Amino acid sequence: MADAPTTTRKDWSTDQDVRWCPGCGDYSILAAVQLLFPELGVRREDVVFISGIGCSSRFPYYMNTYGMHSIHGRAPAIATGLALARPDLDIWVITGDGDGLSIGGNHLIHALRRNVNLTIVLFNNQIYGLTKGQYSPTSEVGKVTKSTPMGSVDHPFNPISLAIGADASFVARTHDLDRQHMIDTLRAANQHRGASFVEIYQNCNVFNDGAFETITAKQVRDDMLIRLEHGQPIRFGADGGKGVVRDPSGGLRVADVAEVGEGALVVHDARADDPSLAFALSRLSSGPTVPTPIGVFRDVERPEMSAEVGRQLVDAAAQGPGDLAGLLHSGGTWTA
Amino acid sequence: MADIAEEAPGEAPPDAVDRVVVRFAGDSGDGMQLVGDRFTSASALYGNDLATLPEYPAEIRAPAGTLAGVSSFQVQISDHDITTPGDAPDALVAMNPAALRADLPRLRPGGTLIVNIDTFDERNLTKAGYANDPRHDGSLAGYRVLEVPMSSMTVDAVSPLGVKPRDADRSKNFFALGLVSWLYGRPPATTLDWIEQRFKARPDVAAANAAAFRAGYHFGETAEWAAHRVTVRPARLDKGVYTNITGNTALAWGLVAAGHLAKLPVFLGSYPITPASDVLHELAKHKRFGVRTFQAEDEIAGIGAAIGAAFGGHLGVTTTSGPGLSLKSEAMGLAVSLELPLLVIDIQRGGPSTGLPTKTEAADLLQAMYGRHGEAPLPIVAPRSPAHCFEVAIEAARIALAYRTPVIVLSDGFLANSSEPWRLPDVDQLPDISVPFATEPNAVTADGTPQFRPYQRDPETLARPWAVPGTPGLMHRIGGLEKEDGTGNISYDPQNHEHMVRVRAEKVARVADSLPPLEVTGDADADVLVLGWGSTWGAIADAVQRVRAGGRRVAHVHLTHLNPFPRELGDVLRGRRRVLVPEMNLGQLARLVRAEFLVDATPITKVQGVPFTAAELEETIVEAIDG
Repeated sequence: MADAPTTTRKDWSTDQDVRWCPGCGDYSILAAVQLLFPELGVRREDVVFISGIGCSSRFPYYMNTYGMHSIHGRAPAIATGLALARPDLDIWVITGDGDGLSIGGNHLIHALRRNVNLTIVLFNNQIYGLTKGQYSPTSEVGKVTKSTPMGSVDHPFNPISLAIGADASFVARTHDLDRQHMIDTLRAANQHRGASFVEIYQNCNVFNDGAFETITAKQVRDDMLIRLEHGQPIRFGADGGKGVVRDPSGGLRVADVAEVGEGALVVHDARADDPSLAFALSRLSSGPTVPTPIGVFRDVERPEMSAEVGRQLVDAAAQGPGDLAGLLHSGGTWTA
Repeated sequence: MADIAEEAPGEAPPDAVDRVVVRFAGDSGDGMQLVGDRFTSASALYGNDLATLPEYPAEIRAPAGTLAGVSSFQVQISDHDITTPGDAPDALVAMNPAALRADLPRLRPGGTLIVNIDTFDERNLTKAGYANDPRHDGSLAGYRVLEVPMSSMTVDAVSPLGVKPRDADRSKNFFALGLVSWLYGRPPATTLDWIEQRFKARPDVAAANAAAFRAGYHFGETAEWAAHRVTVRPARLDKGVYTNITGNTALAWGLVAAGHLAKLPVFLGSYPITPASDVLHELAKHKRFGVRTFQAEDEIAGIGAAIGAAFGGHLGVTTTSGPGLSLKSEAMGLAVSLELPLLVIDIQRGGPSTGLPTKTEAADLLQAMYGRHGEAPLPIVAPRSPAHCFEVAIEAARIALAYRTPVIVLSDGFLANSSEPWRLPDVDQLPDISVPFATEPNAVTADGTPQFRPYQRDPETLARPWAVPGTPGLMHRIGGLEKEDGTGNISYDPQNHEHMVRVRAEKVARVADSLPPLEVTGDADADVLVLGWGSTWGAIADAVQRVRAGGRRVAHVHLTHLNPFPRELGDVLRGRRRVLVPEMNLGQLARLVRAEFLVDATPITKVQGVPFTAAELEETIVEAIDG
């Protein structure tokens, strides 16, 4: 792909009118992705976006690449087939909290455990937008929506915990108000060989406005977002005054650095084979009300499925290419 | 290692008969499918024509000795062309009381009954529901009963090899096979060679099974049963090289061939389900042909992955059975809307719901026709015999590729597991079904810029171009939303939607332009016509032959293409006094032809999990002709 021509954002945009609501967080994600691609050095014809159903799933129509807007929840399955058939392609899955975690939850966890080479981006707005405002599998308990007039009694998924539990080899989180962080996170996800999972906190300004502003708004961000960086002590706050330390319970907790001392801070290790630290980090916050980690939780190497499938094909072909007449005669035969 | 003479010297060869139907019945752990299969192979290699009917319970190991646990294998061997596994067995091998009780009603009056008497103790009789031992209460009076202590004689034969008695008993199916092989003059070498090969890794097991087989083979002579002995001479089949093949294997090989003929790699996305899993197993062996098999997390992912692979330029296939077809409905609708080639293979079984997983039925026709939301037509093809599955797999791929459409193949449990001799085709004579990928823009914009329009159609087939990712300049987006014809852009325009609905229907209708002429067999101009589809072919063809041999006139049409119907079908059906439609459902094809052609078709139905017999159909056809 070294010979990919130089491109600009415009080359990656289509002539289709973007049909998201004015002010939707999806616009900034689209911009980040279109800005990222010229950096990646790939050819447009080698890139495929596959989505399911929901607001986020309109995404492929706006990318000047190959694309498929499929059916609800099934994008990871369709993308898996494409990736196994065509390991030469750069395949992205665009999904949402309803599409990817509710109707398509099964396909998502299996794509992750198989480690198919896909960049899976889940736009989490904690609501069903396209069906006009029902609670989703990431909505908080007590959420009042059209389908839960007395408040939701469903316990929500934590997408990062779920992905780590499904043995994803790359797991990250970012949010729609920080373009550069989105670009950096998506670049890392795309460069990872295997299934990459990126949760993007995305604002639905019509049905769930401000769901994340308690942590992502510029004025609170420094105190509420814990930026994870591999190999660095985990600290945050305007002056780096807070940090993450191990808790006697076995988990992690937030502490004042002044109280615990710098030496007590946990050093982030995204590449640890053991997923315990990444999982504990995913449990630091159960929702956008307390300091919440963003960045890469986990980034480990393990065999990628399409390569393994390809290896078996090569091994089989090494015993001689397929001979159709030979196949038909491979059972017992007799001549009349 | 064939140390048994084909015929004992000086002994008169057994009398020859033109056909024999043998049924092996035992507990599901008794290895009846295996010995049935070996008897079949030995007969095939001997040169007989044959047809088989395996029947087994859904449970892997149903409670031993019970009726629910009975597993059977029926095979008809003949010296002439036959199409069915036979109406009523001439010989029944019953390994225990339950097998006797379950299958005795099938045995023809006066037939040979070979019973393993070692299992006829009080406990087994009770489990089978016998109050009295049927051997002593006169209920077997109408048959030639051969009582054989198979279990104990097997133990006697194999214990000198050092095999423990419990293990020794497990070879009793080979004793039965040896005995039946002797009874019907099957050359023993084929089976002995097979035993040696099959159990190469376990020489002790090979030795025990071979010893049991020999003991059974010799027993007949010792017991002076020569009078019961008959043989069936090789059939006078058309010249060529033959193999014995099941429907599922033929289907899998047909898919490999389709990939070869289309010059495309095959991608199978599938989820295990009876009785379709064998297609997955078989294809998984053929990676040398570039075949990729993907065992998905569920039925939906199976078809989803196949759609993804089709988008990427592979021959996408998904295999399933009834419940799985239901789960794939939404994705099939997507494939209709995407207009990508795709094969959806349904090995039908008894339904609804889990139904009869191991029993045959053909009740998914209307689901295949109409089982999707919206107007979502797609072509449907159905094989008529095990070997025909090969040809139909290629035909389905041809249609899918030429018209860029999902195609449903309706096989069934009977075809899947039964076998017949197949004259191998010359692979160089198989059709080229390849289609080109789009490589260049196919339009220009108003300002003269070259443009790719993903829904700009071939004027003849109405197929849209197939542009696969990786092709420069042809980037495009497709999806399940309604799109504008030509550009493929999302469109909610009312007129465009009606246009697209009609275009998709017309595209499928035009498949009829590519079909071979409809064949009418029997008396083409008879006023009674039998219309069939799928696995009923064998029984219908046999029944029609018998009716005609009896001096009556009847025509037979057997459809491979169920959607669209062949163009001539309406004319062929209209004007007949009676149109009879035998089906393994409650009349689904009859309903379709009534709706399509205003023909007063009469359904002849059977939904018992077992195929029609030719005798049943013969009787019904005769009644219709005489009535």
